[in-house]
Amino acid sequence: MAGVTASALTTEGRPAPSTANGGRPTGSRGGVLAGLGRIRWGRGSVLLISALYFLVPIGATLWFTVDNSPQGFSLDAYRQIFTVPGLWPALQLSLLLAAGTIVLVYLLLIPTVVAVRLGSPRLRTVVELTCTLPLVVPTIALTAGISDVLRWCNDNLAPTPFYATFLYAQNANFPVVLLLAYVVMALPLAFRTLDAGMRTLDVRTLLEAAQNNGASRARAIVSVILPNLRSAMLNTAFITLALVLGEFTVASILGYVPFAVWIVNGNSAGQGPVTVAVSIVSLLLTWLLLFVLSLGGDRRGSTPAQQ
Amino acid sequence: MTTDPAPATTVAAVPSPAGPTDSSTPATTSAPGTDKATGATVEFVGLRRTFGATTALDGLDLTVHPGELLALLGPSGCGKTTALRMLAGFEMPDSGQVLVDGVDVTRIPAHRRDAGMVFQSYSLFPHLNARDNVAFGLKMRKTGKAERHRRADELLELVGLPTHGDRYPHQLSGGQQQRIALARALALQPRVLLLDEPLSALDAKVRENLREEIRRLQQELGITTLFVTHDQEEALSMADRVAVMHAGRLEQCDSPAELYARPATAFVAEFVGTMNRVPGVVTEDGTTVEVLGRRLPIDGTPGLRGEVDALVRPENVLLTAGGDAVVTGSTFLGSSTRLTVQLADGTSAKVDLSTHDASALPAGTAVTVSLPDRPVLVDARR
Repeated sequence: MAGVTASALTTEGRPAPSTANGGRPTGSRGGVLAGLGRIRWGRGSVLLISALYFLVPIGATLWFTVDNSPQGFSLDAYRQIFTVPGLWPALQLSLLLAAGTIVLVYLLLIPTVVAVRLGSPRLRTVVELTCTLPLVVPTIALTAGISDVLRWCNDNLAPTPFYATFLYAQNANFPVVLLLAYVVMALPLAFRTLDAGMRTLDVRTLLEAAQNNGASRARAIVSVILPNLRSAMLNTAFITLALVLGEFTVASILGYVPFAVWIVNGNSAGQGPVTVAVSIVSLLLTWLLLFVLSLGGDRRGSTPAQQ
Repeated sequence: MTTDPAPATTVAAVPSPAGPTDSSTPATTSAPGTDKATGATVEFVGLRRTFGATTALDGLDLTVHPGELLALLGPSGCGKTTALRMLAGFEMPDSGQVLVDGVDVTRIPAHRRDAGMVFQSYSLFPHLNARDNVAFGLKMRKTGKAERHRRADELLELVGLPTHGDRYPHQLSGGQQQRIALARALALQPRVLLLDEPLSALDAKVRENLREEIRRLQQELGITTLFVTHDQEEALSMADRVAVMHAGRLEQCDSPAELYARPATAFVAEFVGTMNRVPGVVTEDGTTVEVLGRRLPIDGTPGLRGEVDALVRPENVLLTAGGDAVVTGSTFLGSSTRLTVQLADGTSAKVDLSTHDASALPAGTAVTVSLPDRPVLVDARR
């Protein structure tokens, strides 16, 4: 054969086994195409089922907010978002708590993962197990424990100078006790996210390279390690934000009214369409935030290496 | 064992600690890459270091002369990287000193040493583009942005990547990344350059090119360079001198040609190049060894008597057709072919012939083995 024409190639770029039948697809080639078709159908089915799983409930929720039977379509629920009482304080509290939780989680975990990675890699398992503990403790049990501690403090700290601090920690405008509970609840996912980010780096060599270029160890960590943990840190922030915005059990039992508690209370008080409209808006805002974070997470170019 | 033959040079100049550079200082007019830096004298004095039960360095004494490229060659675990890391400031010796131009830098932290290092794994900072990677050290020294970018661009040009300044490490090939790493190591105009197996992660062709590039730059800059490698070809082709290490000790430090022709120990002889061990007997007076029916003169083998192995290089052995030895195999090496020959006593020997000559001696051919007039070395029988 003098050469192989493009039409005689299979989809994988290999020469077709035979052209003796006048160029018609051979049984083998037809089999390959049929196989590809099957794979595409398979993928499509999975995507469709997944999309239905996520979109149908959201669509139904959306419908609930705009269906004002028997009058028909209405955006009243969305207009009321700006006037409904209690929403903005609740949202503000949740965002404050989220910001505080994110900062505390950073302060707690970033030095820990760096220290474990550089100083005591064998301690990693211990730290991981410790951070995973909140996953196996039901939230209700955690809340019961916090309630017991608060009750004990109330009974025993009253005559002491710590009582004012204790009361401040339960301040409804910024309940530190809730913040601490959220930090504990965020630990499992936050640790894994930061640890995974750290594992992608050759931390020791990067630090040595930075030190070799005149950076002290502390400056090397700030200038080289932290910027390369940016994606992991953003993911941690997002997970923590989502957790705090959606957390209901602890806040409700302890008697605070952040965002999630306000939504449930509003539903119970007959403000169903408005609270659900708020949920829809918060979902969209969360997606938007995720999108912005993912854009900010990797501003570097993506052109592959060329020899 | 041969000790380092070069006398230690003590220079009064103090290595410049990496203190902040005054950004108001007038910019250097010449390119940093073309500034003819004066290399420093580096001395390792009685360095010892153990990791648990393992002795990484067992009293290393070595001097690197100004502007010299010295290769630390040895098998894995011989202590060569530990020695390099001590010079960089990443390891502390249990005892001994590291001197740069006569000044003890053993306890000076890594970020204050005047040494640029290229790591085996590139170690470019992933969040910075090539230009910022090169300029990182200048930034740490508070050099102004315009000046450090100017110098980074000059260094990128020096390493042959003038258009790659905006690329991130993941957009560069291994060879390009290592060039950037080299530029970064040179950015602070260090007086000592440390290369920790910088070519081992690259493919053969890139390795060969970069090898020449590094040597050219080193000679152009006149920078004292310590190059760690386990690749003897790399060491022999690049270095002014090669220090062969074994089990934390210096076996020999000499020029590549000397090292190859006159190895001081059997370890060096067998680690550098290929060597045959042919059984022989040293005569009573210790001046000759009887091997394959011939008496060959020897020297430098105090205390060795009786049964020994004569060490002979494959290219120094001659074969003639007919005899009591048999060709048992061959390995094509391009212009030469390595034949495996079984001697009459069952010993196996390697013989390098031109491929043309070797083609006349296929496996099974009876041959006569002729040894050179003098073995490279005589060693205790194994």
